[in-house]
Amino acid sequence: MDWTRILVNTAGEIFAPTTAAYALAAIGLNVHFGLTGLLNMGQAGFMLIGAYGFAISTIAGWPLWAAVLVALAAAALFGLLLGIPTLKLRGDYLAIVTIAAAEIVRLVGRSTALTELTGASSGLRGNSYKHTFQDASPFADGTVALGPFEYSMNASNSWWIRIVGWGLVALTCLLIWLLIRSPWGRVLKGIREDEDAVRSLGKNVYSYKMQALVLGGVIGALAGIVYVLPRAVQPDSMGRPMTFFVWTILLLGGAATVFGPLLGSIIFWVSLMFIKSVMRVGVPESIMRTEQIEQFGWVIVGVTLMVLVIFRPQGILGDKKELAIDVR
Amino acid sequence: MSADYTVPEPVPFATTTAGRDRVTADLSHVARTPGVIKPDAIVVADQVTRHFGGMTAVDVAHLEVQRGAITALIGPNGAGKTTLFNLLTGFDRPSTGTWSFDNRSLSGVSAARVARSGMVRTFQLTKALSRMTVIENMRLGATHQPGENLFTALVPPLWRAREKEITEQAEELLARFKLDAKRDDYAGSLSGGQRKLLEMARALMSRPTMVMLDEPMAGVNPALTQSLLGHIQSLREDGTTVLFVEHDMHMVRHISDWVVVMAEGRIVAEGPPEDVMADQAVIDAYLGAHHDTDLGDDALLEDGIERLEAKEQNR
Repeated sequence: MDWTRILVNTAGEIFAPTTAAYALAAIGLNVHFGLTGLLNMGQAGFMLIGAYGFAISTIAGWPLWAAVLVALAAAALFGLLLGIPTLKLRGDYLAIVTIAAAEIVRLVGRSTALTELTGASSGLRGNSYKHTFQDASPFADGTVALGPFEYSMNASNSWWIRIVGWGLVALTCLLIWLLIRSPWGRVLKGIREDEDAVRSLGKNVYSYKMQALVLGGVIGALAGIVYVLPRAVQPDSMGRPMTFFVWTILLLGGAATVFGPLLGSIIFWVSLMFIKSVMRVGVPESIMRTEQIEQFGWVIVGVTLMVLVIFRPQGILGDKKELAIDVR
Repeated sequence: MSADYTVPEPVPFATTTAGRDRVTADLSHVARTPGVIKPDAIVVADQVTRHFGGMTAVDVAHLEVQRGAITALIGPNGAGKTTLFNLLTGFDRPSTGTWSFDNRSLSGVSAARVARSGMVRTFQLTKALSRMTVIENMRLGATHQPGENLFTALVPPLWRAREKEITEQAEELLARFKLDAKRDDYAGSLSGGQRKLLEMARALMSRPTMVMLDEPMAGVNPALTQSLLGHIQSLREDGTTVLFVEHDMHMVRHISDWVVVMAEGRIVAEGPPEDVMADQAVIDAYLGAHHDTDLGDDALLEDGIERLEAKEQNR
């Protein structure tokens, strides 16, 4: 068994672009659920909107900054549209509406009527929208090795996307750190506990919930951009499972904490990669084929989530007294 | 109200000085009829009705609440007291009707805006925000905190000064309500009575002109009841109007200046506590004949037995 290769592969996941993208998505979801108590079951929808917004406007010839703005604005608009009818209602309704809305985004994206724009079910090829981002890199092209990790500087799965992705994670963590300690964050926590009490104290609960939904959604769109930059926009790879992975990550790390989503994402992807790498080498083909090992990895994710909810509902970094998902 | 208070200059007219004496004097001329007009009403409600399907929960033709007074709202279960509370504070929409608070119409105004206009309420089932600390609960009650805006929140220097003021005010109130030892505990760890105190203290953070208390004494132990009563009375001395729903008749008798009785959604009687509690209709509908006596008192039992025996002998 080639342990060095397995360990390098696994350690590479710690700072992989996908890990950063999921950390961002979970940070967005943390604004919804951890801070405000909104059950958003459609975070993948926000990510897909961001990905489409960025890719389509880049393909249309827009510069990088404009494309990013389009993605964020589209997610904000999506959040507003979702929030207007649902935020006046109690929690669970939002869960149903968001899961449906995320599916609508995916199904519209893959419908053949929009092939010109979205490439339907085959999606948008990465090379058609990556150039503006790669051109923005200040570094010289080529391959750079840092210890055992060797990636190209600017091309697809690059150091450049890692730097930008984790830079964004750091920035949003700072943002959440500031907000969680501010009076604004306090109003959100109050809403999470009991909206009527907060209403009786003169706060416009509807407006605060809307702000949280839009802010978390915009961070989700950012995550969508980071997620598709090293690959392609594939509507079917950004469906319900993605939302559930984001939830697993958030609950694993600890909702309502600043670094929970970050830690959750790292642990999630590292352990998944470790399990799959070890099994690929260790389990003979006669017992489990490679694609079955892939599936088995996800089975383990499901079991982990169940174990987590039962034995450590507040997550790794969470404060049980403050927020445990089993007391609602 | 400092200690070195000198004798004030005489004023030509005795205008609204707050407090019990003033309120008693003002209300002494008011007729004891339902829907009567008050000399200085802060809340005026007209034709307020609320139907739930075919059931009429509230049907109030006219109601005025005297400014600066402690008004009790009593009545049997299902009389519509809490529904009327919810309507007045914007937590429920009426089927018909209008009302004003401090000469501003509040019908159809959202709960948050009602609170911002100075009418703050508490709830029958206490709504302490359990997973926030006591001091955070208190801070949430304050108004005019610029940091509650998403963008100012990101720049702490813009809201730190106000936060400090709020914290000082909160600590002062906590000390008054004897919750200062619990400052950094989660509100969920408080006892039921302490949560009632916290909810009331939190409501006072916004310095409201009127406080609406929905059963402030439910589940509170006798010693704590005493201090709660004291707090409510000191509110009146500060000029705050209090309207409360309560089933504890001792409390109603002890602190209220005016009592409004509701039954089946309507106001059936109004007046000072002594008068209302002597009203035969109120006794029949709500209080019961022995409302003044301790039902656990053996004398009552003996009294009943004697009467039964007398009845036997009369046969």
